[in-house]
Amino acid sequence: MSSVPMSSKMMVEMRHVSKRFGSVTVLNDISLSFPEGSTTAIIGPSGSGKTTVIRCINHLLPIDSGTITISGELLGYRRGKEGELIELPERQFCRQRADIGMVFQHFNLFHNMTVLANVMEAPMIVQRVPRKEARERALAALKRVGMDGRDESYPSQLSGGQQQRVAIARALAMKPKLMLFDEPTSMLDPELVGEVLRVMRDLAESGMTIIVVTHELGFAREACDHLVFMDGGRVLEKGTPHEVLKSPKNERTKEFLKRLG
Amino acid sequence: MQTAPFPERVATAAERSARTEGAEPKSPMEQAPSVRLAKTYGFGSTAGAVIVVALMGALLASTLINPAFGWPVFAEYFFSEPILWGVLMTLVLTAISMFVAVALGTLLAIMRMSSNPILQAGSALFSWFFRGIPVLVQLIFWYNFALLFPNIGPFPTNTVVTPLIAAILGLGLSMAAYMAEVVRGGILSVGAGQIEAIRSLGMTRAQGLRRVILPQAMRVVLPPMGNELIALLKWTSLASVIAVSELMHASSLIYSRNFQVIPLLLVAAAWYLVVTTVFSFGQRYLEQHFGKGAH
Repeated sequence: MSSVPMSSKMMVEMRHVSKRFGSVTVLNDISLSFPEGSTTAIIGPSGSGKTTVIRCINHLLPIDSGTITISGELLGYRRGKEGELIELPERQFCRQRADIGMVFQHFNLFHNMTVLANVMEAPMIVQRVPRKEARERALAALKRVGMDGRDESYPSQLSGGQQQRVAIARALAMKPKLMLFDEPTSMLDPELVGEVLRVMRDLAESGMTIIVVTHELGFAREACDHLVFMDGGRVLEKGTPHEVLKSPKNERTKEFLKRLG
Repeated sequence: MQTAPFPERVATAAERSARTEGAEPKSPMEQAPSVRLAKTYGFGSTAGAVIVVALMGALLASTLINPAFGWPVFAEYFFSEPILWGVLMTLVLTAISMFVAVALGTLLAIMRMSSNPILQAGSALFSWFFRGIPVLVQLIFWYNFALLFPNIGPFPTNTVVTPLIAAILGLGLSMAAYMAEVVRGGILSVGAGQIEAIRSLGMTRAQGLRRVILPQAMRVVLPPMGNELIALLKWTSLASVIAVSELMHASSLIYSRNFQVIPLLLVAAAWYLVVTTVFSFGQRYLEQHFGKGAH
């Protein structure tokens, strides 16, 4: 649980968001709010839309209707004359994405660079941070995730847990105000999951706004302020982890939790 | 944060047995007499082998007995000055044409994958055209470029487009069309996850291409490019018909003077064989070092 008081200001607000892939409705009228400083876990069966929803927040995927605002602003859209959303070309808004850090299931570290280069790269070329300062930021971020000392290694020389921690450092080096995690531990061997969850919990306690798509109910229970259950493109239940896990109201939530054991 | 130490390396069998030597009796496998596997060959395999030996024997006999091979003449010209200059020119022509082909081919690959339909179409058109016309025809065309455009700006075309330039254009442009496909394959082989990471960090498409995608793609395409380089080396022999003084041309000049056709052809053939063999060793290194993805 976050020990830093949450503000009532909303970091991310999703209102009536819908999205279709061809004829399939992947997100169906989703409305969610994520307060600043909060840690939210999104759980649900595969195909529930939880991976899609997180990618819509930083506009890796476009939405078809509704609005998503981050600190009150649209990302990658502008308002048309009738108040409708008009999509902007990627090169106009890509730099704003730097404020949102994302950590992926498959780590996605740049194979052709060392650990240090991976973490320094974006601050230098996106945020135009001078090399020396970028290096300091990178080393600090790596230290924070417990990966200092491996900066000359290549990703292929690291274990999954180490790679994921470097990926978290890479996102943190950009000094984001929001961190998105897409099933960060799903690809890890069980004994490596703990080291990544520890880093995430530490981040949560430091007051970062975090949204995690995960299957790790233990982490949800212990480290998160809010829990959202999605299925079939809809939000079926939301509340504190205690509320949702101990006394789920929705039938499908109960089924899902029972299946996870 | 206590996690299990990452094992640095697994003990080899020798180390493991050294540790236990003398401590335990030997296993049944170590006690049994060694078994030698007898190799047997079937009828087809044996018959084929006999035929190969017979043919090679006949070939060898012919080269030693038949005076028309002209081995003394071969020996006379193999290290002669015009031939050596020819070899050098072949290597230079290969290098420059390859450089043009790779640079242009990479540009074409990027155009082909652009969201702009005109760039896409332009690249596809280029590939279709330069892959559809034989290299020989293209070379002769460039050699006669002055017939189309007698002057390029203030300069007479024939001084700008020399036989060497014509050869570089013909070989380079033609090879670029093939390189485009190789590079495009390399770019596509870079995982989609890399692109997601690039976008989520706020990099533009151009930054991502330059810093992440192309470097990774190049590792993948190095082995096929090595093969293309060896092929290009052999294609340079076509430049002999447009009077570029590379190896084939040098050899043909000599035999048209002294009528020693076979020995001089053998000189050229032998040099091509030497150079392609040397390049093949380099190619094998490329395949081992860069083959099949990451480190």
